[in-house]
Amino acid sequence: MIEIKNLSKSFVTADGTVDALKNITLSIIDGEIYGIIGMSGAGKSTLVRCINMLEKPTQGNILIDGKDMGGLSTKELRAQRRNITMIFQGFNLLMQRNCLKNVLFPLELAGGKGEKAKQKARELLKVVGLADKEKTYPAQLSGGQKQRVAIARALATNPRVLLCDEATSALDPQTTHSILSLIKDINKKLGITVIIITHQMSVVEEICDKVAILDNGEVVESGKVSDIFSSPKSKAAKNLVFPESEQSILPREENEHHIRVVFNGAVATKTPFIASLAKDKGIVASILGASTKSIGDKAYGNMLLGITADETRIKEAIDYLSKFDDIFVEEVE
Amino acid sequence: MFDSETFQNAWEIIKTEIPLAIWETFYVTVLSTFFAIIIGLPLGILIVAGDKGRILKISKPVLRVIDVIINLLRSVPFLILMIVVFPLTRLIVGTVVGTAASVVPLVIAAFPFVARLVESSLREIDPNIIETAQSMGATPFQIIIKVMIPESVPSLISNATIAITTVLGYSAMSGIIGGGGLGKLAINYGYYRYQYLVMFFAVLFLILLVQLFQSLGTFLAKKSDKRLKQN
Ligand SMILES: Nc1ncnc2c1ncn2[C@@H]1O[C@H](COP(=O)(O)OP(=O)(O)OP(=O)(O)O)[C@@H](O)[C@H]1O
Ligand SMILES: [Mg+2]
Repeated sequence: MIEIKNLSKSFVTADGTVDALKNITLSIIDGEIYGIIGMSGAGKSTLVRCINMLEKPTQGNILIDGKDMGGLSTKELRAQRRNITMIFQGFNLLMQRNCLKNVLFPLELAGGKGEKAKQKARELLKVVGLADKEKTYPAQLSGGQKQRVAIARALATNPRVLLCDEATSALDPQTTHSILSLIKDINKKLGITVIIITHQMSVVEEICDKVAILDNGEVVESGKVSDIFSSPKSKAAKNLVFPESEQSILPREENEHHIRVVFNGAVATKTPFIASLAKDKGIVASILGASTKSIGDKAYGNMLLGITADETRIKEAIDYLSKFDDIFVEEVE
Repeated sequence: MFDSETFQNAWEIIKTEIPLAIWETFYVTVLSTFFAIIIGLPLGILIVAGDKGRILKISKPVLRVIDVIINLLRSVPFLILMIVVFPLTRLIVGTVVGTAASVVPLVIAAFPFVARLVESSLREIDPNIIETAQSMGATPFQIIIKVMIPESVPSLISNATIAITTVLGYSAMSGIIGGGGLGKLAINYGYYRYQYLVMFFAVLFLILLVQLFQSLGTFLAKKSDKRLKQN
């Protein structure tokens, strides 16, 4: 279990002090895939870098299985870092070493040598689907392949935790998908806890169990991905889940109200609630935007409705729609 | 310009003295560069690894002293440096004239230069790669030996080539005050005795040596660089 307790980090720069992280508290359970999402500059990288002490926290603690990372000696910290490995947006492979030797690198650092280490590295290249690239140098690989080598390298020391800092941000959607599947696979097969840093909601949707939303150095919301998707509460979460609500899609007419309908579960998506709203209440709604997403093994979605009517009719419509199971309705300003 | 007698004369000198002179220049250059690297490489590594305490914790004053010494030595013109280090040369080699004696001032002139070249090579490394190694629990020594040096090998070879050709130039200059080799030949015959043909050949071989070192260096640097796609 990883516990982040009251973590703060400030940087002193020429332009004054930057409070990159403010009093963060999070718990990540073993075997989970935990997403940390936020806009650029929110402090995501600083947060993961604090987890393995690449960045020394200004305040607070990181406890891994109850052990305080800040209290470790240099030697203990080095050993612990083999337990918490990391992959990066830029892959950070050694360019003068071939794939096999890149995977061997952390083993060499830990004193592993010879045929046994090589055997292990070969196995890992196989796990990431690059068994035929042993002697290839990173410059000759595609971005997705480079990240696969980096993943194999990160797994070499049998870590318990894998930190991914924007690991798919430099990749196209399809490659992103394949890398995420690989990570999910590894998480399932090896039981490694995965922490995924990203600014893409789609990444969280695809593989995370839980998510924390980081905004301006603070965790504004955290919990199960499905909960946060179906009813985001903070402004930052809403912006991430419903990016389209930020910019008004259509110019509003007088008396036009926007209503967001968030539904989860197959029942809701199959309910013809717009038609019944018109039939039962005589209120006509137009669909301004809609998206459905599958999160975990359930389908979730949200829809933005436009209704031109006065306040009382709008209230009637909201009350009516709220009666459906698994539906959450709110007016959008 | 040349009548046949002076020509004959010059040819005799060229035939008898040039091969030895080439050899002297060659070994002085290689030996001096070698020692300059032995001293300069660790200094360059210390400067980069100690910078802001990122890899090695070296106290600021120590780094400052290294920096000042390097700048100081680099700003003294080579011929003057040669004279200044005469006592040291005498102490180490026993004499201040001759080919072997010129190695001492050459090393002292070249190691600060080498240190700066090494510094520039090592600074080219992506800091993210060093951080990645740290995130895997690498010790400072492992970072130097397994990351910094291997990752900058092509650049280090290119810079070693610059160092060796510069040392070659200095070694020719050392011919003026006691050094041996092609420089001495060119000055003794060309400048003092007006044997221009001898000078011409001495210079020609200096040029050929520079070409040789440069081509070899460029070839090795390219061959060692795995970042290039065609390998
Ligand atoms: N070494 C540093 N020195 C000074 N300020 C820093 C340093 N590292 C990060 N910061 C500041 O801390 C804040 C958070 O940075 P961080 O890199 O953690 O953001 P991020 O969420 O990872 O952003 P991105 O999505 O762009 O990678 C930023 O305001 C940044 O300028
Ligand atoms: Mg970042």
